[in-house]
Amino acid sequence: MASVSMTVNGTAVTASIDPRTLLVQYLRETLRLTGTHVGCDTSQCGACVVHVDGKAVKSCTILAMSCDGAAVTTIEGLAHGTELHPMQAAFREHHGLQCGFCTPGMIMTAVDLVNRKGGALDEHIVREELEGNICRCTGYHNIVKAVQAGAEAMAGAGQPIAAE
Amino acid sequence: MTATGIGAPVRRKEDFRFITGQGRYTDDINQPGQTYAVFVRSPHAHAAIKSIDATAAKASPGVLAVLTGDDLAADKVGGLICGWMIHNKDGSPMRAGGHPALAQGKVRYVGDHVAVVIAETYAQARDAAEMVVVDYTVLPAVVDMVKATQKGAATVHDVAPDNVVYDWHLGDKASTDAAFARAKHVTKLDIVNNRLVPNPMEPRAAIGDYDGGTEAFTLYTTSQNPHVARLVLSAFIGIAPEHKLRVIAPDVGGGFGSKIFIYAEETVCVWAAKKVGRPVKWVSDRTEAFLCDAHGRDHLTHAELAVDDKGKILAMRVKTKANLGAYLSTFASSVPTYLYAPLLSGQYDIPAIYCEVEGVYTTTAPVDAYRGAGRPEATFVVERLVEVAARQLGQDPAAFRKKNFIRKFPHQTPVIMAYDTGDYSASLEKALDMADYKNFGKRKRDSARAGKLRGIGFSAYIEACGIAPSQAVGSLGAGVGLWESAEVRVNPVGTVEVLTGSHSHGQGHETTFAQLVSDRLGIPIDQVAIVHGDTDKVQFGMGTYGSRSGAVGMSAISKALDKVVAKAKKVAAYALEASDGDIEFKDGRFSVAGTDRSLAFGEVALQAYIAHKFSGQDLEPGLKEGAFYDPTNFTFPSGVHICELEVDPETGTIRIDRWTAVDDFGNIINPMIVEGQVHGGIAQGVGQALFEGAHYDKDGQLVTASYMDYCMPRADDLPSFAVGTTVTPCPSNPLGIKGCGEAGAIAAPPAVINAITDALGHEDVTMPATPQEVWRAVQKAQRVLAAE
Repeated sequence: MASVSMTVNGTAVTASIDPRTLLVQYLRETLRLTGTHVGCDTSQCGACVVHVDGKAVKSCTILAMSCDGAAVTTIEGLAHGTELHPMQAAFREHHGLQCGFCTPGMIMTAVDLVNRKGGALDEHIVREELEGNICRCTGYHNIVKAVQAGAEAMAGAGQPIAAE
Repeated sequence: MTATGIGAPVRRKEDFRFITGQGRYTDDINQPGQTYAVFVRSPHAHAAIKSIDATAAKASPGVLAVLTGDDLAADKVGGLICGWMIHNKDGSPMRAGGHPALAQGKVRYVGDHVAVVIAETYAQARDAAEMVVVDYTVLPAVVDMVKATQKGAATVHDVAPDNVVYDWHLGDKASTDAAFARAKHVTKLDIVNNRLVPNPMEPRAAIGDYDGGTEAFTLYTTSQNPHVARLVLSAFIGIAPEHKLRVIAPDVGGGFGSKIFIYAEETVCVWAAKKVGRPVKWVSDRTEAFLCDAHGRDHLTHAELAVDDKGKILAMRVKTKANLGAYLSTFASSVPTYLYAPLLSGQYDIPAIYCEVEGVYTTTAPVDAYRGAGRPEATFVVERLVEVAARQLGQDPAAFRKKNFIRKFPHQTPVIMAYDTGDYSASLEKALDMADYKNFGKRKRDSARAGKLRGIGFSAYIEACGIAPSQAVGSLGAGVGLWESAEVRVNPVGTVEVLTGSHSHGQGHETTFAQLVSDRLGIPIDQVAIVHGDTDKVQFGMGTYGSRSGAVGMSAISKALDKVVAKAKKVAAYALEASDGDIEFKDGRFSVAGTDRSLAFGEVALQAYIAHKFSGQDLEPGLKEGAFYDPTNFTFPSGVHICELEVDPETGTIRIDRWTAVDDFGNIINPMIVEGQVHGGIAQGVGQALFEGAHYDKDGQLVTASYMDYCMPRADDLPSFAVGTTVTPCPSNPLGIKGCGEAGAIAAPPAVINAITDALGHEDVTMPATPQEVWRAVQKAQRVLAAE
């Protein structure tokens, strides 16, 4: 076992873990933050995307030990109480989710996208940037609309913009 | 229409928990004292098990048990079942081999379940699973379904020495052959309907738990139909009696059919929980999902269409071989038979149809219902045949379809179905308009100038949904009835809980069903809760598949609401001191006709519970009503999808330029949710047409067992979709609903392939039309042109 310390959604946490523990396992099983999902074994589906030091990371592809000292934000850390992050609100308003399983990863990826590329995103850019997130329900049509609307709302809110 | 009533695009009530990471899927649940199961799976497609040595695994840290098929047999746990009996042409029953949850003597596909290791942690279970030594005698794989039934092929199940599960037919052979004999023109096609892996984003999972004090089991599972799971685990597999088994399907991350079935893993988790005396959790990884979730499609078909000299279709003749895999999954036998051949009439008036289907065992994963289930396969046959016939006759494909559309309803097809209503021309006309068909030629010329080949493809589909009248499906071999149940519980303060046997795993029932209740009772939507997915709460239900939750599930709710209103009127009559017959109910108020005396719905609910205004001998207190609804017919959603795309002849890549969908789903409760269903269905249909294909090598190894190898449609593979509707209300249920869940997946594949073949000028394109396949087809097109 090994000790690891990081900040998760603004709270400092320290735990003793098996060194082979993936970040997603640490978040889900040790911290019981189950909003981050595991949809594949090959870093393809993006259901596990969280932010590590402000950047989108597939948490199934990084050891928890590698995040020692890092600031991690998960889907649970995006809203302020019942006040939704603009990207969360846009997903609901534009019906950008059905079963909801890919949704946390989609939203975390979308927030990172806006942080990198700004709020004016054309459909082509959004579709290319979502290449690492698979959704089986929506056909992406409404996800793309949600991301564009969420990006505009984030830009309008004048944030740099993530919860971090 | 109110802001939250029928027809309003109400934003979903369930979304808040999903967008904030508070969904509760099976893998999010942990039980105190929980252990972890990892399955030892067959690395061979076909092998006899000589011995299993678990000594090292049992001694590995944290291991509680290693269980095998011998242990299942010793406990007299029954095998998995196939719940639909199909009869051969000669009337004899299909030949179904045994399907033990853990292999007994033999494995029949890569991933087949050999043993289960149960340990304190997941990592310990996985480590120990590697230490289980299985001594196999490898047998010849049976991969190719054509070779499977030829002499010399190995036998998968002794009960079917030639690997034929059934040899079934439907329709009138003599009249069909006679029509072909007099036909002026016959179109013939050989069709591959490629094998798919459903791939809901949430992998399957199960937690089995046993309470020794009450001798009761609980199963948390990723199921589309928890009551059917309980019924099968109890009545057939025999793990526990129904009243001692609670099945909970909490939030479920998509299903698309693959979570209808009762699989080995959940069976083993329930059984093993009692054996080890601790809760047992199993979560599939994605490779296991590829190997062991029931696959979809996988047909080989020869199809023929007979047409007279005026372009009128006379008859259709179809011969299909269907790969059913290594075992018959829960509803596998019905998919290529009664869910397939009865749809071969499509939207067309076809006087004679004859279809033969041979179901075949192979040493591959079981094949069962996947979004559309038989209907996409039928629609692909019909819409490819019709398209090619139009081209061969030199007729406009839209006009040829229109000429052959059914126009009078009800319409009895020659293959069981009695279509109740529809207006196929209306959908076609609207789609042509939305797709700007009249300017397609100009766009094609523009593409040609840019070095691209532009094509347009139509698909005029029909499906049979809402499955279906229990008597009807019973007469066709179904082992269950296909009604739905609902219970409406009105609380004393007037809030309402609806318990439904339907299950939502992305469809938005918590919103749509609440809209119906809000509309009918005149109460705000946030005062309605939809309860589903727990056999201890909902008395019984048949679950969600076949686009049935609206047409059947909501009809059951509607029927229960009628009873609630009828009872509430009686309560109101006492409270308002009037006679029942004078009570009117409108916009949430009960009033005495012709007076200003009235009570709100909530006030009447309170009166029902305090029961001060009437004698309990005259009227029972309380306000709670239930209903079982059995439909009078299938429903028949239909529509026209048009795909317009560009082929790059240099690379074989395809860009879908525009997608037009016009669907007739009957009445619609929530258009936003319905459009979402259409989008998702189209994406899966385009996936089948362009990207997806499960591929086994000659030894029966699945070489497409991850997202690195199996091409899922991604955001940058797809366009946005133009979606419209026409409406002919369904006369077969009280709400006029037809269903929308599978339409896109049914409509899309032939639209795409018709568009590609239109662009290339020949018909030799096989799904999935990957760039490699399209490039090959482009080369062939160029040879054809050169030869001309």
